[in-house]
Amino acid sequence: MKSRGKVFAWFVIILGMLYFFLPLIATFVYSLHAKLGHLSFQAYTNVFHDPKFIRGFTGSLIWATLTIIFGILLFVPTAFWVRLKVPKARTAIEFITLIPFVVPVIVFTFGLVRTYSHPPLLIVDSPFLLVAAYTVISMPYMYRAIDIGLRAIDVRTLTEAAQSLGAGWGTILFRIIIPNIRVAILNGAFLSFAIVVGELVLARYLVKPAFAPYMMDLIQNRAYEPAALAIISFALTWACMGIISFIGRGGQAQVGGGH
Amino acid sequence: MSTYQPQYRKVNVATSELEMRDAPKARPAQPKRSWAWLGVVPFFLFTFLFLLYPSSTIVTRSFRELGKGAFTIDNIITLFKTPYILNSYWISIKISLITAIGGALFGFLLAYAAIRGGLPTFVRVSLLTFCGVASNFAGVPLAFAFIALLSPAGMLINWIKLTGYNPYFHGFTLYTMTGLSLVYMYFQFPLMVLIIAPAIDGLRREWMEASQNLGANSAQYWRYVAFPILLPSLLGTTILLFGNAFGAIATAQALTGGSINLVTILIGSELSGDVLGNQGVGYALALGMVVIMALAITGYTVLQRRTERWLR
Repeated sequence: MKSRGKVFAWFVIILGMLYFFLPLIATFVYSLHAKLGHLSFQAYTNVFHDPKFIRGFTGSLIWATLTIIFGILLFVPTAFWVRLKVPKARTAIEFITLIPFVVPVIVFTFGLVRTYSHPPLLIVDSPFLLVAAYTVISMPYMYRAIDIGLRAIDVRTLTEAAQSLGAGWGTILFRIIIPNIRVAILNGAFLSFAIVVGELVLARYLVKPAFAPYMMDLIQNRAYEPAALAIISFALTWACMGIISFIGRGGQAQVGGGH
Repeated sequence: MSTYQPQYRKVNVATSELEMRDAPKARPAQPKRSWAWLGVVPFFLFTFLFLLYPSSTIVTRSFRELGKGAFTIDNIITLFKTPYILNSYWISIKISLITAIGGALFGFLLAYAAIRGGLPTFVRVSLLTFCGVASNFAGVPLAFAFIALLSPAGMLINWIKLTGYNPYFHGFTLYTMTGLSLVYMYFQFPLMVLIIAPAIDGLRREWMEASQNLGANSAQYWRYVAFPILLPSLLGTTILLFGNAFGAIATAQALTGGSINLVTILIGSELSGDVLGNQGVGYALALGMVVIMALAITGYTVLQRRTERWLR
């Protein structure tokens, strides 16, 4: 009885692993067939030499970096201030940070484009709108990560100690609070990075160069290069999650966006 | 305590005498005005401009006549009267239901096998790591991975063809609902594993031992102890998976090139090309999604709270 259960457990696990790895193996094998007759990394070379790839990829990197910086600058002071001075605002803020879960990205994009593509609110072409939108869709992860980080430290005591030594608010935030919650911030930052780099819809409808729209075009026009890109993208996801679990110690790493 | 009482009274008397003797109070007692709320203004301003206002226009403009701005429910009625719109909701709901239930079942089996199946610990650790990655590996790359595996020239299809059987001659295609469901499972069941694992950890061994002492067999333990405890968590997570699939667009768009009629894809084409011919209906279409998602997330939250009682 006991061993039969164990056999069944192994069976389920192996089935899961097959399902997990087979598509990746197929993609990898496929990506090596760009040269007729023998295996090569030609598809990867082609991708890295494509100026559009460079444009899309650096685009995504820039959006991700700006989103993370903007997110930190907006959410750390807010979460800090709410904990310290205006606990009444807490419920409202938590509710707002969860709204992106309820509004699917395509619906959010729809509302955003329709709202900001008419004068006087004609900012649909501005790169700032894209960064703001990314900040919103990564908000549930970023804000929550920061808030959890603040919960773990004694915000009030640290602040009062810093104040009695003569520190101003800027010093308190940047030299006391942020260094103390850096693990939480990094956690949120890598999740945001994974979301932004994998995100298709916003970049596509706001017409900005990014990784996912580039790959989408490539699927329609090329055979082997998308396979190479899928592998690169998988390696990126893996790296992000690896870093998160390395720095985060048991924190759950999951993203809802980008599906 | 009682010795202090008179002293207080004495002080009070003293102050009131002082007040009586002095000229009128210089400053009337005023509640101290706090400017602390100013600190959260940037957050509210930002979320209002880039989340709340654009989202709320979806609600308001759904109920507004085109151009005139008068209140109307025509847009909503059009949703229910247009067959291909209804059909798109139906297909989205069907795919989300199938992959939510399938993902929940398989994810639960996997998590249970890894945690309570008597397997070495590294299985559990690596499963959770894989699931963390897989639940994030979605969209365009995921679609392509399945094209490489299951398209007519895909690796697995080529292997199966060696046996003389070609699934594509027997009704299988990757590019319709069946295929898409299979792809969605890739990010559905890992999410289930990640969320249900703590609940399975919370099933105490003592409960099984206690039920065994009382003479219960394994089926009875599941029927009367484990299943009722896990039920809210299972249902809640299934609902979450439903929402996860319902809002998805990138995977389907990349896999089918937009040929499958999902609500999300329909909204996408309305956004880029006004395919509905009436902007109000586009808003109503989006509103329908938000309503369904809101119901799903509320259900999830309520059920998750019920589970937490047992997981302390």
